[in-house]
Amino acid sequence: MSATDVMTERSFYAKVLEATPSGERLRLCLECGNCSGICPFGYLMLYPPSRMIAMMRADRINKVVETDTVWMCVSCYACTAVCPSKIPLTPGLMAGIKEELILAGNVPAELQSALANSQRYGNPQGESPRKRADWTLGIQPEVRIMAKHKQSVDVLWFVGDYASYHPRVQAATKALAKVLNALGVDFGILGPDETSDGDSQRLAGERGLFEMLAEKNGKALGRYQFNQIITTDPHAYNAIKNEYPALGISYPVQHYTEFLAERIDVLKLLMKQQISAKITYHDPCYLGRANGIFDPPRDLLCAIPGVELVEMTHNHTNSLCCGGGGGGMWLDGFQWEKAHVRLSDWRVREAMNAGADVLAVACPYETPRFEDAAKTMPGAEALKVRDIAELLAEALGV
Amino acid sequence: MNIVVLIKLVPDLVEELTIDSGGAGLDLTFARWIINEFDDHALEQGILLKERHGGTVTVVAPDLEGADDVLFTAAAKDADRLIKVKGDFTMANNHALARAFSAIIKDLQADLILTGVQAHNDLDGSAGPLLAECLQLPYVGYVSGVAVNDGKSTIRKEYPGGLLAEMEVALPTVLGIQAAEQPPRYVAVSKVRQAMKTSSIEELDASDLNPDGAAEIGRMFQPEAAAHAEMIEGSPEEVSAKLVGLFKELGVL
Repeated sequence: MSATDVMTERSFYAKVLEATPSGERLRLCLECGNCSGICPFGYLMLYPPSRMIAMMRADRINKVVETDTVWMCVSCYACTAVCPSKIPLTPGLMAGIKEELILAGNVPAELQSALANSQRYGNPQGESPRKRADWTLGIQPEVRIMAKHKQSVDVLWFVGDYASYHPRVQAATKALAKVLNALGVDFGILGPDETSDGDSQRLAGERGLFEMLAEKNGKALGRYQFNQIITTDPHAYNAIKNEYPALGISYPVQHYTEFLAERIDVLKLLMKQQISAKITYHDPCYLGRANGIFDPPRDLLCAIPGVELVEMTHNHTNSLCCGGGGGGMWLDGFQWEKAHVRLSDWRVREAMNAGADVLAVACPYETPRFEDAAKTMPGAEALKVRDIAELLAEALGV
Repeated sequence: MNIVVLIKLVPDLVEELTIDSGGAGLDLTFARWIINEFDDHALEQGILLKERHGGTVTVVAPDLEGADDVLFTAAAKDADRLIKVKGDFTMANNHALARAFSAIIKDLQADLILTGVQAHNDLDGSAGPLLAECLQLPYVGYVSGVAVNDGKSTIRKEYPGGLLAEMEVALPTVLGIQAAEQPPRYVAVSKVRQAMKTSSIEELDASDLNPDGAAEIGRMFQPEAAAHAEMIEGSPEEVSAKLVGLFKELGVL
């Protein structure tokens, strides 16, 4: 198709430069190959990041667009974190090449439907936008929906797609609502006014869709009065913190674990229930590696009476990916066909090896992914996957 | 080749449907409209034919909420001409739609008219054959492949039981598309936004929205729970004996 026929090293570079802060660092590649080595699926890519840059330099980037193994990239930031030249590989190179694949029509069908759903319904699952706040039913005190509440709140909670609609993740969402209520936080949600944060769609190469979704959220947020945003989802946190400001949407934002860690003294006084368990914590890519938030989630876990925190082999910056990022949530079938292995299996195995009873998570992608892995992995049947919010709610007895 | 694709917009089933107070139709006050899935396939087939044989693709859609998005998305997929037919289509049945669209399509002098084989709101027959009748053109439905050469089209038509027929149809003709030769393509939002800037939608008035000829709808209602199934318990011998007894009682044995 036309978009790729004319793509040259120069035009691709210009695109990356336009879309990504520090995009010009793409020129500084040393060809050390660290990126391709640390990539969890690099061994399956015909053109892992360093080879892709080599192809770009040889003005043969068109060849890369004809292949489909770029869709193995889960935007986990591992390559970006190890690059000695500090090239924004994940948001620049990988998202940039995925955009070219999308423009050329080289998109796996399952990803296509998630993108089309995001366009039409504002969420990748294709759920009714009118039902976005249905999870709040039965929670007391009632979760306030801004359009109905018509007053300012202290905290605007950006709930996100999976936290709003996914039946398993809804349990964690309800738990967080109860924790916020227990702390007496003055909060509200956008409900049907909320749209997908768009971050994973952006990292899957659909920048135009990301901008469209961000604009919708910007308009919705602009209608209400609040002091700060908290998010359930690290991807939403990343988008609102690092990407929305360039589109003129600028608010102070915290991930819920940061927000709660600031109130840890009050939480400690309120937590009465003991949770006697060895717990290991999985650093979500977009909380840890991409945004440097490692301690608040661990502090919260250690504050729960009875908890013993153990670390897995890969932790902090070196954490493994659950496999859901950058479109991975919508490429399970495609990636299984190529790999016959799931990144979530790998993580669950590490949790078992660490001797953990509970694998604690802080991202809505992870609970269902790790639970599915634990169900299918021999010996992992007893491993429980719990969102930090669920553990806190249990300790609070709410 | 001049290809015309007729698109219907139908209520989106992601939202719950409610029956209106009259009890014989849907309450469409808050309906969200979406492109009929089969029409999306018809559009894809049209674009594929254009890619193979050249020509133009004209897309015609009724003026319902969302029609502009559907038309601009078609333009982003490389459709050449966009026509929105003005009129109150909210309650229009397929008889009315076919009459209104045939008047417009006649003037377009199409070689090939493609539309979805069916839609979930076809209460009075599907739109394709009705349109063909209005235009006095042949119609083939359940089409899953089209090739065109020398003023003729070779059609692959699906039959139940996995049977396929290949048949030649003289152009012009109306085809009801069951499935395009490849799934409808995704177009990036940036391309749709570009199409909104570079292409324009022609608006034509529907001459007549005459619904005559359709069966009258007596009552429309949600599925109602009826009597429950009776589970027969016991060993296989006991169950079969009871079954035989039941069949005799019901007079089928």
